[in-house]
Amino acid sequence: MSFDPVITLFSCHYTSQQSCAAEGKELEQLGFPSSINLVRVPCTGKLQITTLLKAFEDGADGVYVVGCPEDGCHNVKGSIRAAKRVAAVRAALEELGVEGERVQMYHLPRGLHPEFVAKGKEMDARIRDLGPSPFSN
Amino acid sequence: MIVAERKPMAEIVEMVQDCKKILVLACRGCVTVCSAGGEREAEILSSLIRLGMKKAGKSIEITTGSLVRQCDREYIDEIDQWDGQYDAVVSTACGVGVNFISNLRKDTMVYPALNTTFFGGSAEQGEWTEQCAGCGDCVLHLTGGLCPVARCAKSLMNGPCGGSVDGKCEIHRDVECIWQSIHDRLASFDRSAQMEVIAPIRDWSTAGHGGPRKVVRDDLTV
Ligand code: SF4
Ligand code: SF4
Repeated sequence: MSFDPVITLFSCHYTSQQSCAAEGKELEQLGFPSSINLVRVPCTGKLQITTLLKAFEDGADGVYVVGCPEDGCHNVKGSIRAAKRVAAVRAALEELGVEGERVQMYHLPRGLHPEFVAKGKEMDARIRDLGPSPFSN
Repeated sequence: MIVAERKPMAEIVEMVQDCKKILVLACRGCVTVCSAGGEREAEILSSLIRLGMKKAGKSIEITTGSLVRQCDREYIDEIDQWDGQYDAVVSTACGVGVNFISNLRKDTMVYPALNTTFFGGSAEQGEWTEQCAGCGDCVLHLTGGLCPVARCAKSLMNGPCGGSVDGKCEIHRDVECIWQSIHDRLASFDRSAQMEVIAPIRDWSTAGHGGPRKVVRDDLTV
């Protein structure tokens, strides 16, 4: 099924520094999918379960979080907390009969790094594969 | 405190299938402390119900509120502030709260969002364990402060069953044999002899086997 997904990415500003490079143009040049709306947060550990759910309520087909490596979070345990909350949302989606893969957590190195773009592409492909959100009825 | 956990979402969404508007009502008592039914969990639940209904092609209007406790008449009266805003209440309190609303509000349909599980404490962050079963005839003064009713898989009153190995209960390697712990603790106070005292046959009527229980304190009634 081909459709234009809407994906919300919450990323801490350490791992999403690329989004600022070249006045925001660098990501685009590197082929970061245009389906992804990037929301920068001071620390992913501040993200609440309700924030992730609200993104689905607001029409996202997929939601993902990018935070620091587990053993190298700028705020020590922020990205570990985020991963736990992503897991809770995933379990809740599955309880509602929705594919858990629609929500993901990635731990990536800080700064300018190609993996940030690669994971964006991976998420875009995954959501295209899954099709539109079952909540968009 | 009373420990509870959220019911599976499919079960909750099924309860409210025919509702157009609901009040998701948190309790700021025990269930807030055990992170099952406080204000934060009620917000999460509201979002999940909206998503669940959307998936079923339906829409639902949700008001989210909270009471100090749902197990006191005076606080239940505060539900008045949401009059007209719901077809049913989904309570995130323990079963006591749901019963209390049902007792006091003859026109209000109320659904439980939680499975109420036990009286427990938080041993580690995010982990709760059962400590007391509310038996109404406490024996902790005889058992080193550790409860054989709630914490022995067989609620034995006269020492271990014989199935424990290395201090662990025979039902599971992760469960401590509370009788081993009672023995060790009594010994540490030089009171091992207490283990030899035969406990009399218990009268379980105080434990709920004699029907719903009630406590009346004349000094507090007016
Ligand atoms: S309603 Fe239940 S959860 Fe809330 S304070 Fe009372 S006993 Fe505790
Ligand atoms: S003996 Fe009864 S009242 Fe005492 S802790 Fe055990 S269950 Fe609770």
